[in-house]
Amino acid sequence: MTQSLDGAAVAAMLRSAVEAVIANEPALTRADQATGDGDHGIGMARGGKAAVAALDKLGAAATPKSAFIAVGRAILAGTGGAAGAVFGTFFQATGNAIAADSVDRESLAFAFDAGAKAVMARGKAKPGDKTMLDALFPAIESLQQGDTADFAVLGQRAAAAAKQGAEATATMVATMGRAKMLGQRAIGHADPGALSVSFMFEGMANALAGPGR
Amino acid sequence: MAKPKKLINDPDQIVEEVIDGMVYASDGRLVRVPESAAVMRSAMPDGKVALIIGGGSGHEPMYSAYVGEGFADASVCGNIFAAPSPDLILNATRAVHRGRGVLYVYGNYAGDNMNFDIAAEMAADEGIEVATVRVIDDVAAMPPSRMDERRGIGGAFFQVKVAGAACSEASTLAEATALVTSAQQNIRTLGVAMSPGTIPQTGSPTFVLGDDEIEIGLGVHGEAGVERGKMLPADQLVTAMAKRVLDDLPFRRGDRVALLLNSLGATTMMELMVANRCMRRLLDEAGVTVALTYSGPYFTCQEMAGFSLSLMRLDAVQERLLRRPGWSLGYRC
Repeated sequence: MTQSLDGAAVAAMLRSAVEAVIANEPALTRADQATGDGDHGIGMARGGKAAVAALDKLGAAATPKSAFIAVGRAILAGTGGAAGAVFGTFFQATGNAIAADSVDRESLAFAFDAGAKAVMARGKAKPGDKTMLDALFPAIESLQQGDTADFAVLGQRAAAAAKQGAEATATMVATMGRAKMLGQRAIGHADPGALSVSFMFEGMANALAGPGR
Repeated sequence: MAKPKKLINDPDQIVEEVIDGMVYASDGRLVRVPESAAVMRSAMPDGKVALIIGGGSGHEPMYSAYVGEGFADASVCGNIFAAPSPDLILNATRAVHRGRGVLYVYGNYAGDNMNFDIAAEMAADEGIEVATVRVIDDVAAMPPSRMDERRGIGGAFFQVKVAGAACSEASTLAEATALVTSAQQNIRTLGVAMSPGTIPQTGSPTFVLGDDEIEIGLGVHGEAGVERGKMLPADQLVTAMAKRVLDDLPFRRGDRVALLLNSLGATTMMELMVANRCMRRLLDEAGVTVALTYSGPYFTCQEMAGFSLSLMRLDAVQERLLRRPGWSLGYRC
């Protein structure tokens, strides 16, 4: 049972998160064509590749903090668009909320929450606005439940919560970004940013499940 | 809709190649910001309040073709239809800063706002003073009471031209910002889409319209607008659009204005002139005097068919700034 993640484990988790986004570029493109201008998948994949390169560069020196910040900086610089600012801010602010050389359930949940709040401050969105926050907060809330400390279980739970949150955005009316111009017409389509969060947590869950699971 | 034939090479290299092409086309007046997706003036005068514009690429001439003497000092080029990253904006900020501060002028979109704001904070950490004025001219998007949530579309040209002149003349960032904000409050635009543009990387249309449909209130990024209807004869369409633009500020009898008829890409000069004829008759009836007329592709969205009507109410100062001589690839006066 894994209850604590060191720098290498966090780096592996983040690598798996961005690789899941890169792998799902076509699905993200389709989702964004329905509600935006169709470039979300392209941008997220570009930022994801920059994040992989940043993790490569960090190598064995990674701490939880430096891994999150490296990924955040790479996404911020490499993605562009609203997605780059939002996801870059999330990972950077999450890293800034970590002090120790390893994270447990509680400290990771605390750091993710700080990251999500930084996104809200930057983009002025709140839960229910049909944004990535609607997948992110359910995932964080699942981590805040203290009945297990096992990251293999926590990862699966967070991924399921993020997926459910992303799917629920299909019923919401967008009030942020370009999709808000669609108003009621965006109903029936999930928010592409929320789908990205869902893919990221799915990737993290796979890494946390460990080899052979 | 058939995939359009595009004069491009590697889709991922379009922005880089456009920047190189613009630098060559400037005959020495523009250079690339070193190792960055941005263009700047080759001779940036000392002691000048600096002006940086920018946004997603694919809307040329907006923004990058409006860099030069009397226009912006640099333009930061995001990927196609996507805001530039803070790193690119910060590089350009450092490159043009001459000790008098830097004004950012760009369209009011979530991505641009966040990326430029992050860059402004990074610049402030380095001791560079930054002010921001967003283009908020689109009357379709939001009621006047929520003007600061409106998008920036065709009227961005007026905003950039005034900002270029103001930053050339002003001795402080605050003085320039006040002039540019004054212009911002007096610009109104409404657009209409007749057929979509396509995303250059994929060739897919940004939205789908019926053969006989048009969409009022389109965004320049190709996102859907607010109201669809049947295609109308030019005069009927222009009359409907002009009313919404005039009523929004509102423009009043005796006002002096600049008029911009902007092609979104595929709409021809022929069509713009048919529209202009109607527009001038309507403005005459409304008692509004046109001091300056601009027409052509100023802010495009690939091969989108459609156009926007922009009006800017002028006072003596704003008219002088708009008329102030300047050079850019997109417009010279």
